[in-house]
Amino acid sequence: MWRRFFSAVRIIGLVMLGLMALPSHSFAEEPVAWASQVGLDTVWVLIAAFLVFFMQAGFGMVEAGFIRAKNTCNILTKNFLDFCMASLGFFIFGYAIMFGPGNGFMGFKGWFLVGAESASSVPLFAFWLFQAAFCGAAATIVAGGMAERMKFQAYLIYSFVISALIYPIIGHWVWGGGWLAKLGFMDFAGSTVVHAVGGFAALIGTIILKPRTGKYNPDGSANAIAGHNIPLASLGVFILWFGWFGFNPGSTLSVGDGELIGRVAINTNLAAATGGIMAMLMVWKMFGKPDLSMAMNGALAGLVAVTAPCAFIDPWAAIVIGGVGGLIVVLGVVILDKLQIDDPVGAVPVHGLNGVWGTLSIGIFGKAALGVPSSGLLYGGGFSQLGIQLLGVLAAVSFVVVTMGLLFKIVDATIGLRVSKEEEFKGLDIGEHGMESYSGFQVFTTQ
Amino acid sequence: MKLIIAMIQPHKLPDVKKALFDAQVHKMTVTNVLGCGQQKGYSETYRGVIHEINLLKKVRLEIAVNEDFVEPTINAIMKGARSGNVGDGKVFVLDLPRCIRIRTGEEGREAIG
Repeated sequence: MWRRFFSAVRIIGLVMLGLMALPSHSFAEEPVAWASQVGLDTVWVLIAAFLVFFMQAGFGMVEAGFIRAKNTCNILTKNFLDFCMASLGFFIFGYAIMFGPGNGFMGFKGWFLVGAESASSVPLFAFWLFQAAFCGAAATIVAGGMAERMKFQAYLIYSFVISALIYPIIGHWVWGGGWLAKLGFMDFAGSTVVHAVGGFAALIGTIILKPRTGKYNPDGSANAIAGHNIPLASLGVFILWFGWFGFNPGSTLSVGDGELIGRVAINTNLAAATGGIMAMLMVWKMFGKPDLSMAMNGALAGLVAVTAPCAFIDPWAAIVIGGVGGLIVVLGVVILDKLQIDDPVGAVPVHGLNGVWGTLSIGIFGKAALGVPSSGLLYGGGFSQLGIQLLGVLAAVSFVVVTMGLLFKIVDATIGLRVSKEEEFKGLDIGEHGMESYSGFQVFTTQ
Repeated sequence: MKLIIAMIQPHKLPDVKKALFDAQVHKMTVTNVLGCGQQKGYSETYRGVIHEINLLKKVRLEIAVNEDFVEPTINAIMKGARSGNVGDGKVFVLDLPRCIRIRTGEEGREAIG
């Protein structure tokens, strides 16, 4: 009883002290200066940037889980280093190319952020961090597609070039006032700019690298090279889904009245959920069992697909877009195996194919009332927006395939793109890094 | 009856299995072992410290065969496991005095099947 009384006295005393300590002008009628609109927007964009940064962990876990134990340390080093490379590359060259003033193709001002300006209402540094986290996401997609056989040095070169040059150029076309933006091409959070870029860089990379030894039989049939840690991959998918709540809703770049953030968030979630369900049903029907790894790829596919349209559509459309994404991912994995294109984690179906699908979906489900220049097919806008979307995504994909193909060929001819066969058998952990991921565990590997 | 024990490179197991199946040998036991032979080890580094690994990961095959299958089995293992490099492994052939199938109690030739 007495103790409670004393603690109450103490609290009242503290409050009184606090009031006395406040500067007197806070009681005047002047408006409070600390809660500006820009301040609130900056907090929102930075929180989103931190969430997008955390997606790096998600990519790392998904890719580590879907490959063999002997290459885990290697894939995680690649994931880790490419964010470091992307941060520097995007600071030195990337931002200037993407958001600097220039022509329709690329920007030319703001190297090292000197003289650079923010392309939004939030301060430059906050905007930069948000964009740098996106750049890292685009770069890291490729690690999975080229996993288990790509040389580490080659990867370092690749990750600097894509984040300092290739990604910013396409980003300039769409978000930096470039030629696609002028045409009215829409990509809200980056189905084309981030995911199609990463996915198709992975496609051309894995084609040039050739399949992992033992993946395909001489008769053309595929062998399963099972991932070594499904719990880790599941954790990665949940982290990515979580991070996507920064990726898409954060792309509003301002809080506004909360209407748009809410719409983007619900669409993001619904598309992921439907993608997971549809991929699971599809793989169940095709192969007899609900394969978790495929269902998780389906959720990621839904997320990638809804990334472009999430601000311009109603929730029912997000369900359709995500569901189609889930179907695309299963078909994509099967077709890639038929073509003997070895993509260990499904980077191409998830990011490449669904990046394209998501971009096109604006031309079908987009509503002019929500900011698309002309309504999509289903809202009586005809084919004009769909045509622009198709043109934009084709241009971006061809640019990536040509430039990255050239880069991979040059790297292959100079320092080499692929590790030796012996190293591939022994594992890239020991071959590239001289260490094991699971030291002290005896890992049974016969592949 | 002979017991054939072979130590092979882990990544050669699929090839060896295929060669054995082609030779109509469908029964085997496979274990994961560590060992060292003529092949030197390799060094790992962990946080700046170098340490030598000389026990390497190998796969051990055990196959019990009747006399007429001894040569085909050995040949199949050699065919599947040979790369021509140090470390390809060895084949040991031991006499096998008895073999009993637990389910039926059969002995000898029938038990190996």
